[in-house]
Amino acid sequence: MLDNLNLLVLAPLLNVQLLLDGLFIGAIFALAAYGLALVWGVMNVKNLAQGDFVIMGGYIAYSTGELGIHPIFALIFAPVIMFGFGWAIYRLVISRVVDRDLFTSLLATFGIAIVIQQGLNLIYGSDVVTAQSGFAIRSILGGLVTVSDIRVVSFVLCAVLALGVVTFMKKSRMGQAIRATAQDPRAARVMGINTDRVYAFTFSLNAAICGAAGVLITMIWVIQPFFGITHSIRSFVIVTAAGFGNLPGVIVAGLGLGVAEQYGGFVLGAEFQQVTVVGMLLLVLMWRQVQQSRVRQVVR
Amino acid sequence: MKPLGFLRATAIGLGALSLAASGPANAKVEGDTIILGSAISLTGKYSTNGIHAQNGYELAVKKINEMGGVKVGDKNYKLKVVYYDDESTPARGAQLAERLIKQDGVQYMLGPYSSGLTKAIAPVTEKYQIPMIEAEGASRSLFTQGYKYLFAVLSTSEQYLASSISLAAEIAEKNGKKPADVRIAMAFENDPFSLDVRAGVVDDASKYGMQIVVDDKLPRDLSDMSATLTKVKALKPDLLVVSGHSKGAATAARQIEEMRIATPMIAMTHCESAGIVDKFGAATNDILCPTQWAETLSYEDGYFGTAADYDELFKATFDGYKTVPYQAAQASAAVLVWKDAFERANSLDKDKVRDAIAATDMSTFYGQIRFSDQGNNIAKPMVLRQIQDGQYNVVAPSKWASHPVNYPRVAGQ
Amino acid sequence: MNGERTQLMLCAGVLAAGIVAPLLFPNYTFQLAVLWVMILFALTWDIMGGQMGYNSLGNIFFFGAGMYICAIVQVGLYYDVAEYTAHFGAVKVDFTEQQYFTGLALGLVAAAFGSVVFAVLFGMIIFGLRGPYFAIGTLGIALAAGELMGAWDYVGGGGGISLPTYPGDPDDRALFFYVLCLVAAVATFAFLRWLYSTRFGLAINAIRDDEDKADAMGLHAKAHKIIAWSIAAFFLGISGGIFGNMTGFIEPLEVAFPTVTFGIFMVLMALLGGKGTLWGPVLGATLFHLIKEVTWTHLLGWQWVALGLLIVVNVVFFQQGILGWAKERWPERFGIKVDRSTGRRTVTPEARREAAE
Repeated sequence: MLDNLNLLVLAPLLNVQLLLDGLFIGAIFALAAYGLALVWGVMNVKNLAQGDFVIMGGYIAYSTGELGIHPIFALIFAPVIMFGFGWAIYRLVISRVVDRDLFTSLLATFGIAIVIQQGLNLIYGSDVVTAQSGFAIRSILGGLVTVSDIRVVSFVLCAVLALGVVTFMKKSRMGQAIRATAQDPRAARVMGINTDRVYAFTFSLNAAICGAAGVLITMIWVIQPFFGITHSIRSFVIVTAAGFGNLPGVIVAGLGLGVAEQYGGFVLGAEFQQVTVVGMLLLVLMWRQVQQSRVRQVVR
Repeated sequence: MKPLGFLRATAIGLGALSLAASGPANAKVEGDTIILGSAISLTGKYSTNGIHAQNGYELAVKKINEMGGVKVGDKNYKLKVVYYDDESTPARGAQLAERLIKQDGVQYMLGPYSSGLTKAIAPVTEKYQIPMIEAEGASRSLFTQGYKYLFAVLSTSEQYLASSISLAAEIAEKNGKKPADVRIAMAFENDPFSLDVRAGVVDDASKYGMQIVVDDKLPRDLSDMSATLTKVKALKPDLLVVSGHSKGAATAARQIEEMRIATPMIAMTHCESAGIVDKFGAATNDILCPTQWAETLSYEDGYFGTAADYDELFKATFDGYKTVPYQAAQASAAVLVWKDAFERANSLDKDKVRDAIAATDMSTFYGQIRFSDQGNNIAKPMVLRQIQDGQYNVVAPSKWASHPVNYPRVAGQ
Repeated sequence: MNGERTQLMLCAGVLAAGIVAPLLFPNYTFQLAVLWVMILFALTWDIMGGQMGYNSLGNIFFFGAGMYICAIVQVGLYYDVAEYTAHFGAVKVDFTEQQYFTGLALGLVAAAFGSVVFAVLFGMIIFGLRGPYFAIGTLGIALAAGELMGAWDYVGGGGGISLPTYPGDPDDRALFFYVLCLVAAVATFAFLRWLYSTRFGLAINAIRDDEDKADAMGLHAKAHKIIAWSIAAFFLGISGGIFGNMTGFIEPLEVAFPTVTFGIFMVLMALLGGKGTLWGPVLGATLFHLIKEVTWTHLLGWQWVALGLLIVVNVVFFQQGILGWAKERWPERFGIKVDRSTGRRTVTPEARREAAE
């Protein structure tokens, strides 16, 4: 471990590589986490299937690549397919748990997560898959740092998507209805907003965002049907740290998590990269507890 | 009153189910069929290779049955395999082995996939004294326990990457350097198989006095190893070795390309089953891949013909294979050993068959098979192949080499 | 009919079935032993999840902790653990009969109390969390534990550790572990039956119903929560020690901390039978295990999809569980009087004492 730290001091350029890798991947984490923040804030549903939605999007990108179409185009239809899937899941399950206690939604979405990952496993098998972007890879700073174009492209796309969603929430009728429902569902209902439709739309929008994030992930990392849980936990870490309805916070936390993971993997060893994610979750929860206890509240 | 009815119903149900299920307590031979049993990973993280192994078992069973079956005494028996899905988890595997032996009356076992599962099942077969021929558990530790009923047709795991170490030493000497100057970076998955491969590499490296500069363990849900590769990049080792089943190979191959890792020599396991050539194309050129078996080797037997014939038959029987993974070939070989042992024992008594297995000395399409006292196959070498222009060519050991090794790697420069 | 007598008869009946079962079906001893482990899982989960309203997704942590503590004690008493694991089980150590049983007994004791220590430590940290945060936090603990054990070479890391082999006949071994599982599960049941009838049982029910009010009434909620978790940890630790020895080879991710299998099964089984009741988890575990053993291996991959669907259906449409449903359907049988004209339900005094059960 000390060797690794030493290495970072001796070759400071490595920091650039780790930072860049962390930021590029962190942007995608932030995107998926933003979807979770939406669902959490608007409908108070803690979606444990979040990561599995991401992986589903990834498999759509993979299938696109297999069909001979460039996987970047999956960015168009993965959100569409996932939107429809989200709508179906909402109608079948989520609509029945929205006003129940929170453990119900947690466990129900956990069940959905298992169905998704095992379904993917039956369709695609348990091997890891990727979608190849075929984009160029650049060496910068004397070759010690490499940046693949796909990471840059995905970073930009993440920003564009996030901006699109934010504009939508601000400007469109539906966006306004969603924000109104988040503030006070009963008042929104009184004012003639069909909250059931708002919920359905919010949940589907989240699934679509996850789908897009999944497409990007698959072009950078590899995916497997069972990788969803780690992505779910990442989203939870980010949202818990940032609080919902706090987009800048989500972005900062997302990028931070991406970087923390890279450094965790580098300094402690690759076997600790995932522990870093879970460890961050526990730390964030503890920190929130301390924060809340100052105002004599508990984290609920 | 408490809900007595439910529990009574449950109790009655339990009894009825147990009675219904406890029928075939003595099913080692049904009529003229010999029943082999296997718990194999049909779902879960090992399912791809588990299914390769199952296909290998099935192909051999089919072939043997087509050729008249197994002749014991003056009767011809057909073979049949009973499978249970162990879900790629050792605890489940141990339960299912128990179930195969105790409830289904299986007296002859075929192995599961992976060292971890074999480690869980071997104690069970051993305590019931049921012979098991396994084809997918390579960990050395399986053969130091004094097991009497465990036999493995494959080479043990320390041999997987050993030839790449000696190759690195050879090349260093040729280039006027000392083998002790060779610096190695290692990335191994944290599971019984890969850790055992790692132990083999560490032993060999210390024999030559080589220096290990990176020693990372990869997590189970591996989707990114760029942190490890960043270290590799900074430390510029002479040899990078990676082992992490199929996902380790896929992740490494992708990120080695993406990060322009210029290490002159890279060796990794499971290249074939990960299909890295199809996925990543030219970027995988000059990567070294150890294999238990290759269709280009000059092995031969009376069932499948040559290794190339087996390759052809396998591709014709099962859809979707571009290359035949060695996991399937060795599974077929295990079934051949069973047939051979039954016929030489000329008996269905499990202990006589066990002794016959122990005395096995046969040539198969998969290679020579002869077991040590510990039960591992000591007659067949591992070979090291290099991906050259998208083809897997044998480059070491020199006895089997068909092509010279490319050094240093062109890709990544 | 007298409730008390039915209860006792039921207990006696189940116990008798437990004793007779392995004699009637000797080939099924192993699966029956796992059944008792499952019952223990569901019962211990329900202490927190059902009786106290704290839904943990990470109780499996104590199972794994117990398993490893037991293994370390068993090996460590007679051998250097680091050396034992350094060769990934490649050294073969023969334990004598006396060494084996001493090691196992001490190991189980250490597993039980070691798990309690962990429960107290983690309890101090995590009981400031409520509801879904608590569930996710506990899930995090279990996941982190699996990963960290995999990185700890002293106990074999990801390569796992082989436990000493049972000295003696395999059939005796099966029966021996069956008896251990049976005793552990029955002891858990008896203890909880007693516990729920005490003031402590009422106190944790009060925490479930309204923690803030209970706290305001002078009930020391945090201490109660930690004790309840410690009780679950105590029995889970023992079950982990037994299960590890029964399997013979342990490894962190799949055997010791199987968060998404056993860890979820325990929640599902308690919910299926009816959470917050004494018999519900027993019933749920029995049904679940039976269905699973009979159908599981024939579904080839679809079993997991079915498991996911079962969770969804159970949680969304049938959350009260079988016993909860029965209580609605036949309230009289549970000692609840229904005034037909108003539909008002009152609990008879003698039933009130059983209500917690």
